[in-house]
Amino acid sequence: MSAKFKPGDSVRVRIGAPPGHFRTPTYIQGKTGSVVAVHGAFRNPESLAYGGDGLPKQFLYLIRFDQTQLWNQYTVSPQDTLCIDIYEHWLEPI
Amino acid sequence: MHEHDHAHSAHAPVTDRDELTYYEKRVSAIQSLLIEKGLMTADEVRRAVEDMDSRTPALGAKVVARAWVDPAFKTRLLTDAKAAVAELGIDTGTLSTLVAIENTEKLHNVVVCTLCSCYPRPILGVPPDWYKSVNYRSRVVVDPRGVLQEFGLELEQDVEVRVYDSTADMRYLVIPARPAGTEGLSEEELARLVTRDSMIGVARARMPHQSAVPSPQSAV
Repeated sequence: MSAKFKPGDSVRVRIGAPPGHFRTPTYIQGKTGSVVAVHGAFRNPESLAYGGDGLPKQFLYLIRFDQTQLWNQYTVSPQDTLCIDIYEHWLEPI
Repeated sequence: MHEHDHAHSAHAPVTDRDELTYYEKRVSAIQSLLIEKGLMTADEVRRAVEDMDSRTPALGAKVVARAWVDPAFKTRLLTDAKAAVAELGIDTGTLSTLVAIENTEKLHNVVVCTLCSCYPRPILGVPPDWYKSVNYRSRVVVDPRGVLQEFGLELEQDVEVRVYDSTADMRYLVIPARPAGTEGLSEEELARLVTRDSMIGVARARMPHQSAVPSPQSAV
């Protein structure tokens, strides 16, 4: 199993609200960012939360976004950024 | 202190609060069931609580101070924080992954968990209440500079503010920038400048002349 994305890749966060527990906040969904790091493969919390085994493991990435891309009203400091950990099945290539 | 020149009424008897909250009752019920079913013992619960209570920001401060005085350690800390922290005898067993992020003159990192209250407990202890508040969690991602200002931290326009939202298995520890004028200080003295808030990223490390508790300013 190898990671689908590598540092520097542009990715979009999928939009979705699967039933139950998921760890992709809605404010980041549909937004475009770039991969900073591949953290490794971790058990999927969407399964773990309900007593599942969390398998198959999902690659987890650190993704960086420009704050100006996330919020319309973010105009003061264009260099500000936000980093967030997102699992691979929530990311799509651009 | 007020003068004791008046008669006190009898003190109210010391009692516990009458009612447990919903979650206190729920936790207590789950705990009793787990113990009853033999899945854990009361002593294990007590030991876990005792271990948690022994974790304080002093552990994180020790790590940061070492990183300030030992560049090779800092490199290892930034590469694999869990292993570097273990070098100092700090066990982060329950933590899946620890990531150290460095504040510099041009980059200021601040950590939040918008979904719940993920926090590097093994090296910082129990998070402050505000860290878990909906107010902090929802606002620091949208308006980090405004929130930092409320903590008394004004950042220059040309500093990049980078918010880390720890949504998954990573726990983030901010290495605050080493304050100017601390060249002559020992590692132990440096550690005293590293506060909990500076390791979350809502403050800078203390300056050597600043005491822990501000003294009231006299009116001019």
